[in-house]
Amino acid sequence: MSRIAGVFAKLRASGQAALIPFVEAYDPDRATSLALLHGMVANGADIIEIGMPFTDPMADGPTIQTAGRRGLLAGATLHGVLGLVEEFRRANNHTPIVLMGYLNPILSYGVEKFCADAAKVGVDGLIVVDLPAEEADLLLPDAGKNRLDVIRLVAPTTSDERLPLVLEGSSGFVYYVSITGITGTRTATAADLARDIPRLRAATDLPIAVGFGVRTPEQAAVVAQHADAAIVASALIETLCRENVAAVLRDVKALSDGIRNARKAAA
Amino acid sequence: MIVNSLRHAPDARGRFGEFGGRYVAETLMPLILELEAAYEAAKTDPEFQNELAYYLKHYVGRPSALWYAERLTRELGGAKIYFKREELNHTGAHKINNCIGQILLARRMGKTRIIAETGAGQHGVATATVCALFGLPCTIYMGAVDVERQKPNVFRMKLLGAEVVPVSSGSATLKDAMNDAMRDWVANVRDTFYLIGTVAGPHPYPAMVRDFQCIIGEEARAQLMEAEGKLPDVAIACVGGGSNAMGLFHPFLDEPSVKLIGVEAAGHGLDTEQHAASLNRGRPGVLHGNRTYLLQDADGQIIEAHSISAGLDYPGIGPEHAWLHDIGRVDYVGVTDDEALAAFQLCSRAEGIIPALETSHAIAHIMKIAGTMGKDQIILLNMSGRGDKDIFSAAKYLGAEL
Repeated sequence: MSRIAGVFAKLRASGQAALIPFVEAYDPDRATSLALLHGMVANGADIIEIGMPFTDPMADGPTIQTAGRRGLLAGATLHGVLGLVEEFRRANNHTPIVLMGYLNPILSYGVEKFCADAAKVGVDGLIVVDLPAEEADLLLPDAGKNRLDVIRLVAPTTSDERLPLVLEGSSGFVYYVSITGITGTRTATAADLARDIPRLRAATDLPIAVGFGVRTPEQAAVVAQHADAAIVASALIETLCRENVAAVLRDVKALSDGIRNARKAAA
Repeated sequence: MIVNSLRHAPDARGRFGEFGGRYVAETLMPLILELEAAYEAAKTDPEFQNELAYYLKHYVGRPSALWYAERLTRELGGAKIYFKREELNHTGAHKINNCIGQILLARRMGKTRIIAETGAGQHGVATATVCALFGLPCTIYMGAVDVERQKPNVFRMKLLGAEVVPVSSGSATLKDAMNDAMRDWVANVRDTFYLIGTVAGPHPYPAMVRDFQCIIGEEARAQLMEAEGKLPDVAIACVGGGSNAMGLFHPFLDEPSVKLIGVEAAGHGLDTEQHAASLNRGRPGVLHGNRTYLLQDADGQIIEAHSISAGLDYPGIGPEHAWLHDIGRVDYVGVTDDEALAAFQLCSRAEGIIPALETSHAIAHIMKIAGTMGKDQIILLNMSGRGDKDIFSAAKYLGAEL
């Protein structure tokens, strides 16, 4: 079983949802990213999503845009991001790592080589924002060969008719973009999720993670009541900018507590 | 149908050879498909085509004239030079051809709000114009750097009722304006139509914008046949994103006797780091929804382009140009800021036509080749825009006080 499937199987057995915090690589430097990765695991992260900085992140709001710019200024490259995962893996062999980014740096690196190198350093899954189902044949064969999960985005605009196409070849979990918009802006309501998540459940057995606009422990708890994981990104980056690593870890702990208590309360 | 025609691209996946495609986030994908279906239906609907023809004739002022630039021809001492006068269109550039087409489509689709990106401001002005014409609210994204160097166009857009949003992320030019327009679109998918101004972006935009601009080449071809009884030896246009060039070239793609030349902005020089020559100095990648040639570093990060002309200041190019470059059907050359400025002045004095700085790049290349061609040969230039908008920045470069 893959690391990602293992985490969800274990959580499902205990009736829990997963917390997936986000780290923009090299924001503001490599050492901070490494400290965040280990610290997040210690404070309740089940899976970690690492953002690979890109100059033109079209699906991201101002928070992740500026985080990416800081990462690039600190010298982030795909080689560097893979090196970061490699170092993390020396001390942690159990927490799944998912890389999130845009296609062009991966094309530049070479899709085949990128998938092989990512698998070698211990990456578990890939989210490529600007690679819709229509173009996914570019990535699926090499990802499959290297046992990397290809995690697909599903949006509120994705129709029921379109869902099978989007889910074809996807693995690990499904990333539900809970709002129509960019990262870190609006937040989906409980009613939105109660309407949308069953629609997805009907189309897939994969775990469903909800992202875009999940900011507080209360919102994460709402997500946990409907879906299998909550992804939190912009709120944590803002905390890092405003305060420091310790404050981010405090927030991760609070989010984790929110998620654990949500299911207990519901049960 | 001509076998092996170059005019049948793109394929069903929106690809021109390996270029083009639809590289957008899933949120936008259903919209792109909806747009494609709506455009395919409109294309063959006589009612839509009649409506388009009506506005092009009575509002834009088509057909635009074909002008024999006799004094410039004499000055350069070689091939006969003809201008296809797109700068005479309403709003002063070719951009409005596409804007009329897309806004009619937006109305057909029931969209009630228009967004667009702009570099030099020509597309922004044309978009604001058609929005005023049809009474639709309009938001234009424009790089903060471009807002500064294209003040007259910013004022025009506001006068026409558009909201102009300065974009200060990244290099604060056209590519960043396009990023923010796409972010707006993702957030307002249900009511908003994204009116892209060039032959780039996800399929169907490159093909759709080209189709709306093809009227340039079609008219010019017929007008030249009437004037000279033959096709041009060279058809030439500047390329930023590449819409005016695509509109001129496409009707000549299957005429092997017509040499096609696209002129990229070489900025301070092709071998400096300050240019916008994505075909001459870039390599293939994916940005803004399509695979094409891009200015990028070794890690696939996009490099900021430079040109004196805001309309050419873009690190990518339309995917059909990338394909025509690879198969060798079109020659893409570079012209520097200084060469363009010289052409800007020459054309103004010789013809009484102040060309846009974008178009001046193509004129500068004509200055290089006309004298090497025979007097019986013909160069057809797309005079894509007028230079009134550029007088402030040109004056600055030329050291004049306004």
